[in-house]
Amino acid sequence: MIVTPLAAYLIVAALIFAIGLAGALVRRNAILVLIGIELMLNAANLNLIAFWRYGPHPELLTGMMFAIFSIAVAAAEAAVGLGLVISIYRHAKTTDLELMNRMKG
Amino acid sequence: MGFVFYLISAFAVGGALAAVLLKNLVHAALALTIAFFGLALLFLRLDAQFAGFAQILVYVGAVAILVVFAILLTRGSEIPKEGVFSKGWIAGLAISAAVFAVLAWAVLQAAPWLPNEAATPALTVNDIGNALMSRYVLPLEIIAVLLTAALLGAVIVAMHEKEKTNQ
Repeated sequence: MIVTPLAAYLIVAALIFAIGLAGALVRRNAILVLIGIELMLNAANLNLIAFWRYGPHPELLTGMMFAIFSIAVAAAEAAVGLGLVISIYRHAKTTDLELMNRMKG
Repeated sequence: MGFVFYLISAFAVGGALAAVLLKNLVHAALALTIAFFGLALLFLRLDAQFAGFAQILVYVGAVAILVVFAILLTRGSEIPKEGVFSKGWIAGLAISAAVFAVLAWAVLQAAPWLPNEAATPALTVNDIGNALMSRYVLPLEIIAVLLTAALLGAVIVAMHEKEKTNQ
């Protein structure tokens, strides 16, 4: 089995995605869950850039633009997510997700 | 694939692993910065200079700092006594391992060849700016509106609520 450059980048991205997914599913702290989501978004960006680089028409900039817009959306997501975490902490005095088991305020 | 690729990949994957596994949240945020930096280096190796430097500016510069601020504001640097992993951690680990197995299998089974393996795309930041201002101008405007709305929303969500007086 020959591992091409594209496949090597895709496997690294899959590994980082799996690590981020594990972090989002396994950790108790809400901030660590956000960190896992950021890692997953970054792995997706690595895939987009790799496909742009090795795709047939890099001059069209499709994958590159997708990655740049994805970075901007991820920044907005991080700001809103951390704002929500701070708001929940102020309300419930904890960021432990196992203790946040009621929907009633 | 050269030695540099493996070195940078080990850097990024090791940073990501440390970010997920470390008990102290401040250390996890620093490891996350290392992972973002490694990913930016991978972008640079893929001849995506603009995306690489945008990654450094946005993630290493802004998101990591934001995470550290959130950790300090929520006293996340104290290690909880009941452990850092949730009760269903085995299921989470199994799900992520299964996802990785499926992704790696799909990558290794797929067509191993794309037409542009050798040639490097000759693109400057100038080209990206021109594309952003011509073909992709509508998404750019939408992103601008989205960022404004998200920042306003984050401030409003995190703003201290005034104590309501019951009358």
